[in-house]
Amino acid sequence: MSVVITEPNDHEQHDHDHDHHDHKPSGITRWLYTTNHKDIGTMYLVFALVMFFIGGTMAMVIRLELFQPGMQFVEPHFFNQMTTVHGLIMVFGAVMPAFTGLANWMIPMMIGAPDMALPRMNNWSFWILPFAFLILLLSLFMPGGGPSFGWTFYAPLSTTYSSDSTALFVFSVHIMGISSIMGAINVIVTIWNMRAPGMTWMKMPLFVWTWFITAFLLIMVMPVLAGVVTMVLTDKYFGTSFFDAAGGGDPVLFQHIFWFFGHPEVYIMILPAFGIVSAIIPTFARKKLFGYASMVYATASIAILSFLVWAHHMFTTGMPVFATLFFMYATMLIAVPTGVKVFNWVATMWRGAMTFEVPMMFALAFIVLFTIGGFSGLMLAITPADFQYHDTYFVVAHFHYVLVTGAIFSIVAAVYYWLPKWTGNMYDETLGQWHFWCSLISVNMLFFPMHFVGLAGMPRRIPDYALQFADFNAFISIGGFLFGLSQLIFVWVLIKCARGGVKATDQVWEGAEGLEWEVPSPAPYHTFETPPVIK
Amino acid sequence: MAKTRSIRWSLPTLLLAASANAAAMPLNMTKGVTEISQEVYSLHMLIFWICCVIGAVVFGIMFVSILLHRKSRGVQPAQFHESTKIEILWTAIPVVILIGMAIPASKTLIAMDDTSAADVTVQITGSQWKWHYKYLGSDLEYYSVLATPREQITNRFTKGENYLLEVDRPLVIPTGQKIRFLMTSDDVIHSWWVPAFAIKKDANPGFINEAWTRVDEPGVYRGQCAELCGKDHAYMPVVVVAKSPEDYAAWKLAEETRIAEAKAAEQELLAMNMDMDELMANGERTYIAYCAACHQPNGAGLPGIFPALAGSDLILNDKTAHIDIVLNGKSGTAMQAFGRQLSLKELASVLTYTRNAWGNDTGDAIQAADVYKVQQGEGE
Repeated sequence: MSVVITEPNDHEQHDHDHDHHDHKPSGITRWLYTTNHKDIGTMYLVFALVMFFIGGTMAMVIRLELFQPGMQFVEPHFFNQMTTVHGLIMVFGAVMPAFTGLANWMIPMMIGAPDMALPRMNNWSFWILPFAFLILLLSLFMPGGGPSFGWTFYAPLSTTYSSDSTALFVFSVHIMGISSIMGAINVIVTIWNMRAPGMTWMKMPLFVWTWFITAFLLIMVMPVLAGVVTMVLTDKYFGTSFFDAAGGGDPVLFQHIFWFFGHPEVYIMILPAFGIVSAIIPTFARKKLFGYASMVYATASIAILSFLVWAHHMFTTGMPVFATLFFMYATMLIAVPTGVKVFNWVATMWRGAMTFEVPMMFALAFIVLFTIGGFSGLMLAITPADFQYHDTYFVVAHFHYVLVTGAIFSIVAAVYYWLPKWTGNMYDETLGQWHFWCSLISVNMLFFPMHFVGLAGMPRRIPDYALQFADFNAFISIGGFLFGLSQLIFVWVLIKCARGGVKATDQVWEGAEGLEWEVPSPAPYHTFETPPVIK
Repeated sequence: MAKTRSIRWSLPTLLLAASANAAAMPLNMTKGVTEISQEVYSLHMLIFWICCVIGAVVFGIMFVSILLHRKSRGVQPAQFHESTKIEILWTAIPVVILIGMAIPASKTLIAMDDTSAADVTVQITGSQWKWHYKYLGSDLEYYSVLATPREQITNRFTKGENYLLEVDRPLVIPTGQKIRFLMTSDDVIHSWWVPAFAIKKDANPGFINEAWTRVDEPGVYRGQCAELCGKDHAYMPVVVVAKSPEDYAAWKLAEETRIAEAKAAEQELLAMNMDMDELMANGERTYIAYCAACHQPNGAGLPGIFPALAGSDLILNDKTAHIDIVLNGKSGTAMQAFGRQLSLKELASVLTYTRNAWGNDTGDAIQAADVYKVQQGEGE
């Protein structure tokens, strides 16, 4: 995509004046009152990082207890709270806000807009999030403990048989949902209305495209999640029987509604990752993205198909065989557009001139490891085999490959990629490479053996297990601790880069193309107050 | 099972202990012992190898590219970035592979669904945290509870070979016959899983699911509950023993006789008075096996989810209500109806125990007849 900025010169002076007097309050009020997409993006990203460490600490508790068979450190009830809250925090607190943060920072700069379309709503959609997670985390200290029914909160375990923290859990999920919906509306309105002249749909960077489609998914499914948590609330406290057979309801109905949200949610957490990788690979291969149009169509196909496959999470619930067959075929079909994406990335690299800076390393690891997660996903689609895989560590391995080495690796790649643009400083390449290699080795020690443990028959969500699984679990736990420690290098890199370093050029990367690389590094507080014209 | 010293928490000790305990773990899915489970295994291997081949090709090309097409080798980037032909090709090839995969998978799935013409039907009911088996068309029914002693779980005793995969009474089925399973649940969703049969089916409260198997090899087959069902989800194993039809018939007769005798003994028991020591000793055993998971061994419960029995208002002030709640459970809570699960002797003992343990000094000795009275009382 050839993007040329013809910034009108007579406005330059005005822009600079404006930058120096940009009316931002200082101290905490700057962050509380800000409507600036860059400030809000930064807050989302910092929040996501904090949540990543809180959720990660819970994972460490889980791995500690699973280090050995028998109960050593925590009680089973607390263990269940850890698995539940770990999942909720990583999905809603780490991955989703991190993507929203990247959207806030990058989408206006990528389409030549001065800010997000609805800046006050943008402020609000961020600032309700910390309260949602505060409520969720504090519920762990209630008598009876926090939510312990898994992040999927299947009824009736989450209704009749749950502790009273369920009310807080429901409230907190509502707030997260409102925040996501507002964020998604903002993304759609911004992309639809605020593209610079000449930035036609099929010139938009893929990160913008994937986020645009993701935002529609969010608007369609977050209300479904809100509906299902409300039904849980009324079943538990107000005597309704949506999920209780004794009152004419059906516990399996819960799973249908939940996964109607839950499956598109999976793609909400991976489509922006596709956008990031589609930005990074061409930059470091110094070659245009192969098959731009097919990438857009593949993303849209995945989004549409994601609404037709929800019941593949429910093959063991006893659906009629024809429904099962339908969901098996639809699920297998998703492999096609996903495959197209991977093939396009490889074709982009082919006969390029690659260099291997940290963002590229994480993007390459993403392609390989996400594809491994895709393969296990394809295996899980084969329903008869799914009866053996379902609810075992094979599934745990599968979704951690797509979420950790998929979504989170892409987020880390994005941070390394755009960090020089945000801070004006290059990050420490050596430390970054250390972070990459430590993460790569430990994450595979952590999640790869889980495939074998699952195939050998270890169910998920258990605090204690049969002796045959002991060696593998000890090894997995060591991988987990190492992966946790490796992320401290990341924090070190971030702090070091924020405090100084080699000054970054405007373009930062030799092969980088796009509007965000045309503005100075660090990006001024206000960019594109006069829209650029794209030829 | 020798008693060992409590484990010390140093890393080397943990590592050593872990490896000393472990039996060899298979690295792949079990082939199982049924025709269906073999088919499932073949499907698993087929899709696995397909993934491996695709992976080898894609990653192979990618690594060749990484090796050859790097700037440090002084290459100039090519300019191509589009080819409709190639896009169509790599959309079409996966579709063909997937269709090839879908056909055998559909066949197996349809075969798994056919539960007709069964020789034996067993109703499986999950509850927190045990399985109940009922042989339809017979009086034979019983609970199957984890047999691993608590001391092994809390690391005070050395763990046995079948740690967490052993039960007091396994499900017994005849070999060579088609067995139909009907799954349901008394409380939350459980999932009955025996890898060797490739059966994993959810037990949904208020609904019945079906599955079937035909096992040709006599043997012991172990599995676990696969759906998160609350605190002790890890502690509800499934054990199935397949016996030859003759052995199965003999076993069934013996069980039916045992049940009939137990019923007769229960009637005799109504006339007898057990002494306090016997009641307390029996009661503690029953309490630990059936009640302690929720109400805790010290009777303190878990605040906010499972009420304390020590100092409980209901226990101290309303004997009939106490007997009633143990017999019939409390709807809308995790408290089950133990009248169905325990014998009158066990009920009397556990009631006596909870009325006199942990400072609940009511001094009451509950006899089988007292329990029987309340049981019959609500029948009127």
